Formats: sequence, C-alpha cells, structure tokens
Amino acid sequence: MIAHSTRAITLAPHRVAAMVLRYLYLLRSSWTRLVELVYWPAVQLFVWGFLQLYIAQNSGFFARTSGVFIAAVLMWDVLFRGQLGFSVSFLEEMWSRNLSNLMISPLRPIEFVSALMVMSIIRLAIGMVPVTFLAIAFFGFNVYGLGLALAAFFVNLILTSWAVGIVVSGVLLRNGMGAESLAWTLMFVLMPLTCIYYPVSVLPDYLQVVAWALPPTYVFEGMRALLMEHVFRADLMVEAFALNIVYFAAAVVAFLELLKSSRRAGTLLQAGE
Amino acid sequence: MSAAAEPAIAVDQLVKVYKTARAVDGISFALPQGSIIGLLGGNGAGKTTTIAMIMGLITPTSGAVKVLGAQMPRQRYHVLHKMNFESPYVDMPHRLTVRQNLKVFGRLYAVEDLAGRIATLAEELDLTEFLDRQVGKLSAGQKTRVALAKALVNSPEVLLLDEPTASLDPDTADWVRARLERFRRERGATVLLASHNMAEVERLCERVIIMKRGRIEDDDTPARLLVRYGRETLEEVFLDVARGRGNAREAAQ
Repeated sequence: MIAHSTRAITLAPHRVAAMVLRYLYLLRSSWTRLVELVYWPAVQLFVWGFLQLYIAQNSGFFARTSGVFIAAVLMWDVLFRGQLGFSVSFLEEMWSRNLSNLMISPLRPIEFVSALMVMSIIRLAIGMVPVTFLAIAFFGFNVYGLGLALAAFFVNLILTSWAVGIVVSGVLLRNGMGAESLAWTLMFVLMPLTCIYYPVSVLPDYLQVVAWALPPTYVFEGMRALLMEHVFRADLMVEAFALNIVYFAAAVVAFLELLKSSRRAGTLLQAGE
Repeated sequence: MSAAAEPAIAVDQLVKVYKTARAVDGISFALPQGSIIGLLGGNGAGKTTTIAMIMGLITPTSGAVKVLGAQMPRQRYHVLHKMNFESPYVDMPHRLTVRQNLKVFGRLYAVEDLAGRIATLAEELDLTEFLDRQVGKLSAGQKTRVALAKALVNSPEVLLLDEPTASLDPDTADWVRARLERFRRERGATVLLASHNMAEVERLCERVIIMKRGRIEDDDTPARLLVRYGRETLEEVFLDVARGRGNAREAAQ
C-alpha cells in the first residue's frame, strides 16, 4: 500500500514527455499556429520600438532611457505569452474534446501541469527568440546583453505566467469553455498595476500597495534600474521570487481544488460549453 | 476474499446527485473478472454517470466503487493504467494522425514495444492504410476504429464502453462488435458496455443490468430476462421496463 501511495504522487517523465510530444505534433501540423506565435510579439516590438526612437530624438530625458520601452515590451511578452502558451495548450484539449481521454489515463495532474509548463517555454522560445533578433537588427537593442539579470527577470516572469495559467486552467476545468475568455484577458488586469512602462511612484499610494504585491512589478522596476541607472537590484529579484513561490504554490492548490470540484460537479465529462 | 475471486468492478449503494437531480440513485452490482456485462437504459437513465464514477471521472455523492480492488476515485492511479474507455462522445485530437495519437496514448499508458502494438492494432482494426492520416479527415466509422484502437492500446483488464457503435452503419457496427468480442475472449478482460442498442447487448453480453431514472430495474442474463418478461427480444423487455410494465407483470404474478 505504501508503494501504491508513493506511485500515486510520483511524477513520471515519460508521461510528461508524451504530452509534450502531443503538443509538438499539433504545432508541427499547423503553420498558422507557428506564425501566430511570432506575429504579435513582432508587431508589439515595432510599435514600441519606433515610438521609443521618436521620443528619444525629441527629449533629453528619454534619450538616456535607450532600450527601456523595447526591454519592457519584450518582458511583458514573456509574461503574457508565457501564460498564453500554457493556457492555449490546455485549451487545445478542450477544443478537441480530448480532456476525458486524458483524465481517465494514468496522467497525473502534476504531470499535465508540468507538460503545459514545458510547452509554455517552447512556444515562448518559438515566438520570442526571432523577435529579440529583430530588436537587435532594427533598434540596436540586445536583450541578451543584460546577462544574468535577464535570467533573473525571465525566471520571475515565467513563474508568474505559470501561476496565472494554472489558475485559468482550473477555472476552465470547473466552468467549461464559458470561461475561455479568461485565458486571453486575465493577464491584462496586471498590465497597468505591474508598471511595465512607468515607475511604481507614478501610481496613487493605495495602488502602489497592490503593485508591490505583484512579482512582475519588481522585475519591471529592476529592469528600469538596470537600463537607466546601470544597477542590478538583486533585492528586488529575491523579493519577486519569494512572492512567486507563494503564488505558484497557491495556484497549484487552487488547480487541485478546482479539479476536485469538477469531479464532484461532473464537468470533466462534458468539458465543453 | 482472494484476489482471483474479487470482482473486477464492485459498485455499492452508489448515489450521484447534481444539485437537486438524482442521476444515480443507490445502485449496487458486481462484475466478475472476465465478464462482459451490458448496462441498458434510455436517455437520462444514469448509464454514463455510472461509467464516469467507475472511471473516477465523477466523485459519487455517496456509496462506493472499487475497480480491481482500488477505491475510486481516491485510489484511481493504482488502476487507471489497467483500464480504458471508448465513447463516440469523446474525441481524439483531430489534427494529429492516427499513429501520432496512438503514440501519445501508448506512452501515457507506458505500453512496451509501442511500435509493435500500434502495428498489431492497425492490422486487427483495419487501420493500416490510415495510420498517417489526420483523425479529423476520417469518416465516422474510421474514427470509431481509431477510438477503439486507443481504448485497446494498453490491453486493458477493464474496458468501459459508452455506446461504442452509436452513429455507425449496421455493417461497421457489426464489425466493431466482432472485434470487441475477440478482444474480450483473447485478453480475458472485463467489459462494461453501456448501450441502448438491444441487438448489440443481446449478442455481446452474458448479463444485462437495466437502469431507469438512476435505479437498477433489473439485472439478469438475457435468456432469463426473456423468460421472466415472456418476450422474444431484449428490445421488448427494454420497452416493458421503460414503460413500467415489468412491475405490473410481477405484481400480477
């Protein structure tokens, strides 16, 4: 019985790999899905890149903020596309009415979530790596020049994106496709609060409290400190990481509770509208 | 009770209530290992909910389900690798080819020699020429065969089928039944078949459980049901139960 219990909570890499394979087959079968991954990040880059060029040419202050807008838009895309990469892979199961097949297979929820996290990174890489090269080619901004700070920014942003993706997936499981719009819109609630394009000090005091409760705020503040003052704020990254651990753990608990609730409500069986 | 004598599926006083609707209302039955049992009932009888509770997909409101000795859904991961399920109401990813789908599910079930297993299933289910075609481009009959291949990929000890031949033409449906019969015979698997196709149940099942409004109305072999209800076919028995004539007949006797 002890062996059985242990087996029930073990994460089996072969099942995670099977799910990743399933999503890679899907991506390979559809060039439109691949193009879409690059399309929006590229559009965002050009809009913000040219805007930055324009204001830098017309303002002494903004001239020394070279790259801040482009870095911000790239970081925002890590946050938003990371969550979307997670949620869209999950939605693929609902769109194809395949969820029941997975739920009666030996695939554990933690393995399913792990596969979705891997896919989030793969989809992000497909979409963002070409765009970072476009940033170098068109605006002379090399995000890889941020070095280790980039890794700290990335880890913190992707953890937040997964936490949001996990909660959205749980809500979808429980409420069906009626909640689909959450997958596309929930992250935008964070957009004004995480201060992507402006410092936290711009916000009214009561909103600053909310902003500092969100890990991406620390990343965007840290990014501005690095690009404008050439200081790497490790303290901000550590605080963001600590918050992320709390949010990620809470998201996993929420997902498992929503899954349990779906089993009680019978929504796994329909898993549709 | 020895492991060999333990029922493959044991359902005890199972109840499922959705808000105010009692979808399943205190049913009990046991399926011996290696048996093939039909779950008959009209729309809304509670067949699909019962099967979903057996698979651990739905948590019962009360009562218990055991599959191969494991309590469902709490201990589902002890036995899910020995089970499988097929229903025309659950799709497989349409953009993946038949082979890709079987590879993914084969890996989820940790099937050994997966390439060999896929080749065997393709041959047995007449899928070889479609293996590299996307599932979404297949006909309804071909899709059913693919779904069946997925359900058999892990050679399950317990196979649950929810109207496996719904929407198929009689010839294809008959073909599917023959394959199911063969699998059950060769594997010694336990099969629970929910259906409202009486001919199918009569042909495949050694015992029939008839459900109505979440309850078990009758539970016996097809032959004994025919004698008891004084009918020629299971369809007539089903109609008697559906229209409440069974109780009247018993009362008269």
